[in-house]
Amino acid sequence: MSANNVSDLHQVSDRLAKNAMRHASERLIEMLLFAAAAVSVLTTVGIVYVLVSESFHFFQTVSIVDFLTDNQWTPLFDDAHYGIMVLISGTLVSSGVALLVAIPMGTIIAIYLSEFANSKVREIAKPVLELLGGIPTIVFGYFALLIVTPLLQKVLPELPGFSLLSAGLVMGIMIVPYIASLSEDAMRAVPMSMREGSYAMGATKLYTAIHVVVPAAVSGLAASYILAISRAVGETMILAVAAGMQPNLTWNPMEPAATITSYIVQVALGDLPHGSIGYQTIFAAGLTLLLITLAFNIFGQWLRRRFREAY
Amino acid sequence: MQQALTTEQIRTLIARGKMKDTLFQALGIICLGIGLLVIFLLVGDMLNRGMERLSLDFFTNFASRRAGQSGILSAWVGTILVMFVTALAAVPLGVAAGVYLEEYSKRNWVTDIIEINITNLAAVPSIVYGLLALGIFVYTFGFGQSILSAGLTLALLILPIVIVSTREAIRAIPAMIREGSMAVGATRWQTCRYHIIPYAMPGILTGVIIGLARAIGETAPIITIGALTFIAFLPPVPFTGEPAAGLFDWVMSPFTVMPIQIFNWTSRPDPAFEVNAAAAGFVLMAMVLSMNAVAIYLRYKMRKNIKW
Repeated sequence: MSANNVSDLHQVSDRLAKNAMRHASERLIEMLLFAAAAVSVLTTVGIVYVLVSESFHFFQTVSIVDFLTDNQWTPLFDDAHYGIMVLISGTLVSSGVALLVAIPMGTIIAIYLSEFANSKVREIAKPVLELLGGIPTIVFGYFALLIVTPLLQKVLPELPGFSLLSAGLVMGIMIVPYIASLSEDAMRAVPMSMREGSYAMGATKLYTAIHVVVPAAVSGLAASYILAISRAVGETMILAVAAGMQPNLTWNPMEPAATITSYIVQVALGDLPHGSIGYQTIFAAGLTLLLITLAFNIFGQWLRRRFREAY
Repeated sequence: MQQALTTEQIRTLIARGKMKDTLFQALGIICLGIGLLVIFLLVGDMLNRGMERLSLDFFTNFASRRAGQSGILSAWVGTILVMFVTALAAVPLGVAAGVYLEEYSKRNWVTDIIEINITNLAAVPSIVYGLLALGIFVYTFGFGQSILSAGLTLALLILPIVIVSTREAIRAIPAMIREGSMAVGATRWQTCRYHIIPYAMPGILTGVIIGLARAIGETAPIITIGALTFIAFLPPVPFTGEPAAGLFDWVMSPFTVMPIQIFNWTSRPDPAFEVNAAAAGFVLMAMVLSMNAVAIYLRYKMRKNIKW
């Protein structure tokens, strides 16, 4: 009996030891998984750290007032000027053109898909739109430079070979899928009973769509527009290829101009020494870009909260 | 009080309403058609222009000063190697993060920060990732302008896509699977390892393919870290060369990728290079579209097959 007890005790302590091991390895795995999840936070920290620390060096040489108010951007010349407005103007004009194309087209496609099209059309149209969204932007740049610009020049003979207009138009087409897909999701989330109520009152499909469904889904639509703006502001290759790269303070889409992103590409392609002031401009420009997208995102989140409708 | 409408007037109203419906429907179809037309025009034009260059030589030649002899050997090899590093980094990290957020995390401020972060990272312009990589990978870690730097940059860029699709796939698995596994004494990790992750695999795979298809076409962050635009050599093959290269020497090699090769060719004044750009663009489109097609097929199949 006593012998039995001893072996029992051994078995119990064995099991306890095994259990402890299991607990330890479970904890270890949990910690590893947590570390993986934390990488996303580290990425953000890294982005902010790199941009802020490099820009800090830049702003020790160039005053922030000059940066914001100067109307020339010639960081690589002997007579260097650092007026970010020049790059911002190009960015805003090209994004404006893109949004003028993408918002109406995307919204119409979304309304059509969610309110008019039958499920068969939707099943085909959605993947096709996704394909459009998956085309590499460099290919869109090729498209803008070699197909759209010559086509536009037939209508507008004075259009130069590089222009914000053709880059913006193609960028608009690129953004359409994002707006269409997100807006459609938002509109499909509007409960059926609201449409039925509207139809019961004798409204047509279009009337219901515009006066019932769209207002109900407005927060989702706003979110999709904000995402589209972020995409347009941050888009690089279409502009680098088709809009030209000379810094040009202009609000005319028919002119060539550099954007924040295409300027960064231009410097990265050159051979400026690391640590020089010209080199640090790309971090200052990048920080400006990040702040602009961040501002739009905060605005978007505010809009969503402000206009959220709950059913 | 409004006057009652006659039947005739009501009929006109209805007809007008139906007319507007039809017109809008036509407008919707036209807008969709424009999208289709763009894809069609793009592929058609590139094929039309680039056809003459699309031969085996084009894939086995290096870029050259003479347009007619230029090829995309260093570009497609570079693309594949960079994608390999990207997948190797993004898949384990993304899946682990997704599993943590769905299966382990408790609702607290740490998890909230991680979640908000992942949403916000999706809106950060890709060129900003390039600046991050330039500051961290190229200069701080000293990886230089290498395949490793490029692969890791793109991995960070597609990480949100992998995490989100992993989470969605895991969320679709009913609780009874976990309960069944726990009931027979499996630990949380064993449940994940032997049940959750395998069942979520098709969804994860879809996300990974979509992410990689996105990464293949990304140009801006790779230009920013300083990829060369003209390269006439390949990364060292393991155990060859003089002195013999190690197993991982290629990781630190300079490189170029398809989009950069196309960018280089489109930005040259000589129109002969446009032909090369068209041909290379067609090859890149074929790569991306076939990857997307696989992802769409996977998703379609997955939706049909799963019956819990």
